[in-house]
Amino acid sequence: MYPQGYRYSKDHEWIAVEGDRGRVGITDYAQKQLGDVVFVELPEVGRRLAAGEQFGTVESVKAVSELYAPVAGEVVEVNGPLADKPEAINQDPHGAAWMIVLKLADPKAPGGLLDAAAYEALVASESK
Amino acid sequence: MVPFGGWDMPVEYSGLIAEHQAVRTAAGLFDVSHMGEFEVAGPGALAFLQRVTANHVAKLAVGQAQYSALPMPTGCPVDDIILYRRGPERYLIVVNAANIAKDWEWLRSQVPSGCTLEDQSEAFALIALQGPKAEAILQGLTPVDLKAVAFYRFAEGSVCSHQAIVARTGYTGEDGFELFLAPRDAPAVWRQLIEAGRPQGLQPAGLGARDTLRLEARMMLYGNDMDETTTLIEAGLAWIVSFDEAKGDWSGRDVLLEQKTKGASRKLVGFEATERGIPRHGYPVFQGDEQTGSVTSGTFAPFLQKSIGLTYLPAARAAVGTELAVGIRGRRIGARVVPTPFYKRPR
Repeated sequence: MYPQGYRYSKDHEWIAVEGDRGRVGITDYAQKQLGDVVFVELPEVGRRLAAGEQFGTVESVKAVSELYAPVAGEVVEVNGPLADKPEAINQDPHGAAWMIVLKLADPKAPGGLLDAAAYEALVASESK
Repeated sequence: MVPFGGWDMPVEYSGLIAEHQAVRTAAGLFDVSHMGEFEVAGPGALAFLQRVTANHVAKLAVGQAQYSALPMPTGCPVDDIILYRRGPERYLIVVNAANIAKDWEWLRSQVPSGCTLEDQSEAFALIALQGPKAEAILQGLTPVDLKAVAFYRFAEGSVCSHQAIVARTGYTGEDGFELFLAPRDAPAVWRQLIEAGRPQGLQPAGLGARDTLRLEARMMLYGNDMDETTTLIEAGLAWIVSFDEAKGDWSGRDVLLEQKTKGASRKLVGFEATERGIPRHGYPVFQGDEQTGSVTSGTFAPFLQKSIGLTYLPAARAAVGTELAVGIRGRRIGARVVPTPFYKRPR
């Protein structure tokens, strides 16, 4: 369910790091909690984000959820087409529905993040 | 599951949008057993109900239902209700779950002799089967001739061999039925309806879809779109307020008659967003730089595929076409007053 190579935040974002870049999205657990997503707002390329800073919002019919940067970095790519097919967030949260690519401020170690097993344990405890 | 009016209720089953579309295109099944039921009976029942409800109760035939409200002397509702006439001197009032205790106190303090008031909320489970396929699905499970049960009429009969009141009422803007059942019979009826309806597209539907469906049809939610501070005229409910001489005097009549004659200073209107965003309950509504209202109900409307909402506006600035802005978490999106209902089912 949760890709082994990704790292996960307690706010239910994932990041897939390659070199000094990381692709960011929300987890399957997050999309299930939200339900049918109908809007997504993403930042402009060039924005610098601190770890934990809000970078956008997703809205389902029933709820609004803010998006937080799992690590510090600069937005170098945005998944623009997602705004016109936000349902992709429900359908493929770990793949096609990536949201932004960050150029990592510190490419060495995305600290404070969970691996897939630890994240699954977190989700299991929250679902109880 | 979420707590709602003292009950644990499912917000969604398969998904809010899929459930919403199922009700618009096929059918949906809702457990609305949380609703309250009071019986009013006796030779004094009609006179009592004429005095404590807004609509003209004498117009009700046995087997007929009426949308109404319990007005206060201020013309504002204690609750909105549906009144069912079950016999010559026997009525059932269906009230909102969150208001059961309040309505009970309100009515009990006014019951005259010659009339009994009984809280039967625990005696009824309520299942709503709503959508264009509702009649076809239900007809296979009941001997009641559903074609003979017109809109806002009901029959006392059976469903799946269990005693039931079968009413052609609902809260979705679609054709459909509400089934009043003994609580012990409800699970079996639910399962048989699901089984019989599934091939025709029936889906169980939760509170989430119930809210988006009712809002598309501009059906109001007590506590959001009307409450103890909004008069029935302001809320656009003049059509359930009777000033007929034969009804006699009743609580709130004077205030409401004056508002109807002279016009209320504000009114509840529908709007749709002209930019991306979802207006939600409590968000501010602006005309120019001035905040003139706030969103009472708002949502992304799954069938209409746009954002819609309701708000009270000054009556002089509430005409269809009026441009508005809705404050959404610090920014503003454009919106426009539109005619309601937002959605009207094809007939």
